Amino acid sequence: MSPVSRGFHGRRREPEAEASRVPPGQYATTDFPVLSAGPTPHTALEKWSFSLRRAGDTLKTWTWEEIQDQPAEDVTADIHCVTRWSKLDTRWKAVSIDTLLAQVDHQARFVLAFCDGGYTTNLPLADVTGGQAWLAYGYDGSPLPPEHGGPARLLVPHLYFWKSAKWVRGLDLLATDEPGFWERYGYNNYGDPWREQRYAGD
Amino acid sequence: MAGTAVRGRLTWQVATVGSVTDETTSVRTIELEVPAWAGHRAGQHLDVRLTAEDGYTAERSYSIASAPGEPVMITVERLEDGEVSPYLTEELRAGDEIEIRGPIGGYFVWDGADPSPVLLVAGGSGVVPFRSMLRHRERIDASAPVRLLYSARSPGDVIYRAELDKQPAGVEVIYTLTREQPPGWTGHRGRINAALLGEVAWPAGEHPACYVCGPTPFVETVADTLVSLGYPALQIRTERYGGAGGT
Repeated sequence: MSPVSRGFHGRRREPEAEASRVPPGQYATTDFPVLSAGPTPHTALEKWSFSLRRAGDTLKTWTWEEIQDQPAEDVTADIHCVTRWSKLDTRWKAVSIDTLLAQVDHQARFVLAFCDGGYTTNLPLADVTGGQAWLAYGYDGSPLPPEHGGPARLLVPHLYFWKSAKWVRGLDLLATDEPGFWERYGYNNYGDPWREQRYAGD
Repeated sequence: MAGTAVRGRLTWQVATVGSVTDETTSVRTIELEVPAWAGHRAGQHLDVRLTAEDGYTAERSYSIASAPGEPVMITVERLEDGEVSPYLTEELRAGDEIEIRGPIGGYFVWDGADPSPVLLVAGGSGVVPFRSMLRHRERIDASAPVRLLYSARSPGDVIYRAELDKQPAGVEVIYTLTREQPPGWTGHRGRINAALLGEVAWPAGEHPACYVCGPTPFVETVADTLVSLGYPALQIRTERYGGAGGT
């Protein structure tokens, strides 16, 4: 039982309809805060590409234009950052990871996303397939801004948002799980916001 | 990459508020008596959870303001539209109990073992984790030279002024006041820009460790400028805070 904090009433309670969409320990915001471990990379589109790799081999690479040619979806999703803000009904233009994975042969069980700036994050394959994950390059009707991960980021809205790696450049397809950047610094390996898996051991 | 932080579950525990110290008109330092604190590293943060009588809870993260080995302290800036910070800075008093868990974060830390020069760049209350680092440096008598470039709106907004003004040899504190300078101010004015960073920053060739903490637009500008001055992106560690992130 948590002790009552004398004189604390709280005031950010969400309306009923929103409350059921905000996971425990989170609050809904209309801002779009920015969190990253280092400077924002600025990669020119002509130098940008997205690759699927396995054991050091590149299985397939798409240029920026080739990604634009993939079938895109308009995705509306609620997103949840481990720093406690949630943002409801965010709108993205994105290519399903299913679409990209279908173009290579693989038996991966896990992926490690790699990014400009050296950031990585790990995900089970089951969480980036089945219409649950995208490569997003549009946000709210515009190109995705660099500080929010542009030109393109992962979008995996059912997990805490650090799993939706900014400035993503590809996926390493793995047989065994390998912790990514924040996962090695004490954050949860899986990151389910509904089970409040913020830190290792949660 | 070093810094693996494997450990068990971080459990919530009840901390008792010791002293509270007003740093400025909107910033307060809170000392916490924590029965089972596992110890922290300079630069880490902790989570605070408040519970209302009807069971409603609110959680936030705050940087730890004290050095490893010292009593746990956080320094909190009151945000006008905040839910937790007004409570912590106005209502909370000595003897109250709040729940905390931590320490958290293993990247934005400085342990003092590396003798490379250190550049700390703070915007507003972004200076808080740097107080932990500076106190740690003094406690362990670390040799790394440190420069702290601290941007605040006005003299009254400078947090820890007295402490920052009496740092030991090897630490330089450089202020810039962006909106209001006192009469006779000979320090820097205006926002941190390439000219000021170029003047203050260690040459990139000396392989400085660089930490930038402040509101998002501040951190974006400073980190981008450091990259343009030749700092490798991987040597620049950033911590951004505040809900006002634009879009």
